[in-house]
Amino acid sequence: METFDAFIVILGSGIRLGVPLILACLAGLWSERSGVVDIGLEGKMLTGAFGAAAVAEFTGNAWLGLIAGVVATVAVSLVHGYASIDQRANQIVSGTAINMVTDGLTALIGNAIWGQGGRTPQLPDSALFASIELPFVNALDPVPFLGNVYRHIISGHDIVTYAAFAFVPITYWALYSTRFGLRLRAVGESPAAVDTAGISVRGLRYSAVLICGVLVGLSGVYLALAQAAYFQPHMSAGKGFIALAALVFAKWRPWPALATCLLFGFLDALSIRLQGAVLPFIGAVPVQAIQTLPYILTVVLLAGFIGKATPPKSSGIPYVKER
Amino acid sequence: MSSPLKPLPVWADVALIPLLNVAAAFLISGLVVLAIGEDPIEAVRLLIVGALGDLEGIGFTLYYATSFIFTGLAVAVCFHAGLFNIGVEGQAYVAGLGAALACLTLGFLPGYTLVVVAILAAAVFGAAFAAIPGYLQAKRDSHIVITTIMFNYIASALMGYLLVNVLRVPGQMNAETRQFPPGGIVPQFHVLLKPLGIVWPDTPFNLSFLLALVCAAGVWALIWRTRLGFEIRTVGANASAAVYGGISPARVTIITTLLSGALSGGLAVNIILGEEHRLILEYTAGFGFVGIAVALMGRAHPVGIILAAILFGMLYQGGAELAFDKPKISRDMIIVIQGLVVLFAGALEHLFRRPVATLLARRTAHPPI
Repeated sequence: METFDAFIVILGSGIRLGVPLILACLAGLWSERSGVVDIGLEGKMLTGAFGAAAVAEFTGNAWLGLIAGVVATVAVSLVHGYASIDQRANQIVSGTAINMVTDGLTALIGNAIWGQGGRTPQLPDSALFASIELPFVNALDPVPFLGNVYRHIISGHDIVTYAAFAFVPITYWALYSTRFGLRLRAVGESPAAVDTAGISVRGLRYSAVLICGVLVGLSGVYLALAQAAYFQPHMSAGKGFIALAALVFAKWRPWPALATCLLFGFLDALSIRLQGAVLPFIGAVPVQAIQTLPYILTVVLLAGFIGKATPPKSSGIPYVKER
Repeated sequence: MSSPLKPLPVWADVALIPLLNVAAAFLISGLVVLAIGEDPIEAVRLLIVGALGDLEGIGFTLYYATSFIFTGLAVAVCFHAGLFNIGVEGQAYVAGLGAALACLTLGFLPGYTLVVVAILAAAVFGAAFAAIPGYLQAKRDSHIVITTIMFNYIASALMGYLLVNVLRVPGQMNAETRQFPPGGIVPQFHVLLKPLGIVWPDTPFNLSFLLALVCAAGVWALIWRTRLGFEIRTVGANASAAVYGGISPARVTIITTLLSGALSGGLAVNIILGEEHRLILEYTAGFGFVGIAVALMGRAHPVGIILAAILFGMLYQGGAELAFDKPKISRDMIIVIQGLVVLFAGALEHLFRRPVATLLARRTAHPPI
């Protein structure tokens, strides 16, 4: 029973570690489904975290922090959009640039404002998103299995987490059941066909980049105002790239994206839990092996050894109107 | 938005446009400095004095430049084949393992043969680590950008594991190997110049610089003067046309990534064999990514890469001095400049093309009397 309880706790922390991945992965999904490749998720996440923590620090208000984080990230997203859509840039180069600029700029400004190597002071409780206790937690406690699952896995998360989970069906519905979603997916596959139908390729791609900015901005907000209670330079620590890996692993589809991000979050929680642990028969666990699993799995998938990950046909290719 | 761009005169294409792009990057950097409440002119002065003000500064500048020539060349070779290798960072890290293993196990080799073997080992390890993404791109159609990003993290975890659990000197706290034997060291210039009576301050500037210049010349000759170079450029320009020319894009892709990985091994030669003389955790310090900025700024041409590498060497050395004098302008400023260079010289490279083309067209239409 004790190992089972421990397992429930790891699952719970896996969800918390998976939330930023879910948001960033959905963000990448929107962008890449429209044909704009985004390897700048990492930098945008950092931007969201910095904007949120900075404004929350000054105002003491979590919601103002959230708005600032999202607005800052959307601004960065639009730079990528402008380069990719209007300037027909190499989108990989643009994403790389965004990762570098935001990584340096957040640390630089943080250091200029607060000193301390760019770290914000610990944020007060009012500036954070507190965990919400769902009804009946105490009532269900005596129920053996369910009570524990309800308390640790379903209840006790913050509003951003619940929003992240809500965005999965919303994304699914918007992409597959609305006219906008159909057009958006079409523009990622065959922009010329969309253009012929008299629909603006540019407009669709900009809307996708905008949605991407909002979602990945929220993942940054979550890092600073729900998970950590401060901003610290480089705090995204590769999560943007794991989200990118998850996007490939999920083959650019919303529900598999959720499953993959939860799996990667769970692996992360497991590796933290097993740090220094000695298991029977296995011995000391090389934590690095678990930490690299998402990357290795993604490479294996990309290599086509377990199914085939095919990106949207026109992703990464700037659209040039026929002359 | 609609009319096609007219070709620009050569001087505008190779000099004016790149200069405008880089100028824009530095202009915005200046505004950033202004925004955090410092004087950009004073910052530039301190930076240049720190980088070139004395022989010590110059030594460090050239030491950093050596690293960036290697990583810049590694990125550029792939550019010519139309490949974007983001994995130079990880390849260089693993190359360090090759250099270290050679130095730690082959200490019996006479004289400087050890360092030659260590350099080759660095190149082979770098190439081997690049081989997998290269093969997957060529044969399994897996996008090299994504695989090399993944491989950077795999390299970081692998090397972290090896340094902490296997290679660390027992009883030592730091995750690093023991010192290399003297035969495994690339000599530093201040040591070499001493017997000649020339006093050069104690800097890590070492013979790897000459190796970097040789590699740059080699890359130039390879890309523009050999059959393989022609094949690389053809695949980069149009892979499906290359097939009709009897060129195998898969073969070219694999060879190019191997070359790129081998060149990234130069970073290990300069830092591990030339300065640290032991393998240390995260020794690459993001220099593989600097290579992207250097290759874009130098337009993938060895001469441009050397110039861009020296500029970035100045930024790293002068930036350290600047951060010392003005704590507000921390070394993160260098990353910002680097990113802006990638943005303007890479992503927004056509930003000034249309205005310049329009301006030039107007001048030729109405020649000034």
